[in-house]
Amino acid sequence: MSTAELVNHRPARKWALSAVAILVSIVVFVIPFAFIVLTAVKDRQQSADLNFAWPHQFRIVQNFVEVVKARDYMLVIAFINSTVLTVASVAGMVILAAMAGFVLQRRKSRWNGLINFLVLSGLIIPPAVVPTIWVLQKLGLFKTLPGLILIEIAFGLSFCVLLFRAFVATIPRELDEAAVIDGAGPFGLFFRVIFPLLRSVIVTVVVVQSVAVFNDFTNPLYFLPGDQNATVQLTLYNFNSQFSTQYNLLFMNILLITIPPLIMFLFFNRQIVAGMTSGAIKG
Amino acid sequence: MTTTSVKPQERSKAAPAASAAGSKVYRPYSNWFFLPSAIIYSVLFLVPTFASLYFSLTRWSLFDSKFVGLDNFKLFFQEPALVKGFTNTLIYAVVTSGSKVVLGLLLAVLLTSQIVARGYLRSVVFFPVLVSTIGVGLTFTVLMNPERGLINGALSVVGISGPGWLTDPKWALLSVAAVDVWKGVGLATLIYIAGIVSIPREYIEAARVDGASSWETFRRVVLPLSRPATVTVIILSLIGGLRSFDLIWAMTQGGPGFTSDVIASVIYKQYQAGFYGLSTAGNVVLFITVTAIVLPLSWFLNRKEVDM
Repeated sequence: MSTAELVNHRPARKWALSAVAILVSIVVFVIPFAFIVLTAVKDRQQSADLNFAWPHQFRIVQNFVEVVKARDYMLVIAFINSTVLTVASVAGMVILAAMAGFVLQRRKSRWNGLINFLVLSGLIIPPAVVPTIWVLQKLGLFKTLPGLILIEIAFGLSFCVLLFRAFVATIPRELDEAAVIDGAGPFGLFFRVIFPLLRSVIVTVVVVQSVAVFNDFTNPLYFLPGDQNATVQLTLYNFNSQFSTQYNLLFMNILLITIPPLIMFLFFNRQIVAGMTSGAIKG
Repeated sequence: MTTTSVKPQERSKAAPAASAAGSKVYRPYSNWFFLPSAIIYSVLFLVPTFASLYFSLTRWSLFDSKFVGLDNFKLFFQEPALVKGFTNTLIYAVVTSGSKVVLGLLLAVLLTSQIVARGYLRSVVFFPVLVSTIGVGLTFTVLMNPERGLINGALSVVGISGPGWLTDPKWALLSVAAVDVWKGVGLATLIYIAGIVSIPREYIEAARVDGASSWETFRRVVLPLSRPATVTVIILSLIGGLRSFDLIWAMTQGGPGFTSDVIASVIYKQYQAGFYGLSTAGNVVLFITVTAIVLPLSWFLNRKEVDM
């Protein structure tokens, strides 16, 4: 690795610095997560102390069952809703943004300036909440899951288009020409030739956006209110008022919704890093 | 001889034919590919954005609207609770953005050096970025509990009696900002690491050979050359900070009173209260604030970069 080595090479200093860094990282970053896990397995009474003590008894299974059963299995419904929302909106984003990014990169026209401007606006402008609700209501999509899926697609498109446009630029045009000579139409060219080549950037987009959509709180709060179609982030928020005296269940819930991002992180660390920095450097 | 004389002929014949086929007869890049994105983006983002400009000037119940001119905006900048939200937004964005730049750069320098357990440290700094904001907010609300919370418990061991982080009006906004930095500094670090790694190693070695100390190498080589990363971190965290809502809502809901309200939480509160026109005016104020700060700043920072 050709990394900048600013810190001195002397071993004693290196070890001292490492020890301090690890110690600080444990206090600042590990303890909050350890606190979540510990509180999640405590019994109700001990969890109310809010301290860092070792649990008197481990109630992993009981707490898990209790939190899942709460309010007529709302957490299960919420996990299903969140999964549907995440899968559908990320799939939509990938296909639509890949198509748009492809043509935007390949075809130079006088509209490109306007389109680029719109893409950047999508990154900067905060969405107008009540007018969006008004539009959704006119379309009959307010308080429905398809409505929220379309919202997530609309708000996520800009970021995805930027990534796809940058990646399409690295695919040689000769490939397009060869495919066209072989008789591929616009759709054949895109779906049979280009789309498979986008695989690495697709993985990046899928990972980054599914974490973003899964963790999204604001949009479900505004556009999908109501208990029967809550998403996991909303259950957490609602549970907070309901479980204000049952910290063990609240933290079990926090623990459960931290697991999907953790799995993503363990398996796709590299793609997440690639997506977040490449998208960011362009910004 | 024959081959050389034939080839140019072939090429001169084939080239115009191919370009004619590409530009007139057959286009493989269809504008129809924009259509689905364009429809969703226009209907659900552009239309509401333009509609907000009109509805912010009305008293509005979703079914009918009454034009009231600039009354909503006047109210927004007269009502102390709403003005507080506006100034808090600016404070919050500047504090979080500034801290992320400084801490992100320091952590990135540390995490690109020859340090033990570098992989562990990078992971542990970055992981909070991926965790649910609401989950982080609720966890820190408990940790910051004034009597029983872990933070004040730890401080009292050292002999400091910590303030009511989220219940004291002086501290509430800054406490939430601190948690925002805790959660977001991993992304800033990541961007800085990408920037520092892309600095050619020779520059740093050359500085060493010339007798530069670690500090001078940092100050004269790494800092100027990681400028693009700095610009990115500033712009991203300013946009995020100005629009921030989740964390504040999970931790204080704008309280105590309205001392930690920001524009985004005011928008939600007015929406809940049924003042749709006022809520939309808040959206327009936020929109103008973000563009008025971010556009000139990014233009300025990027121009400076070209000058170097």
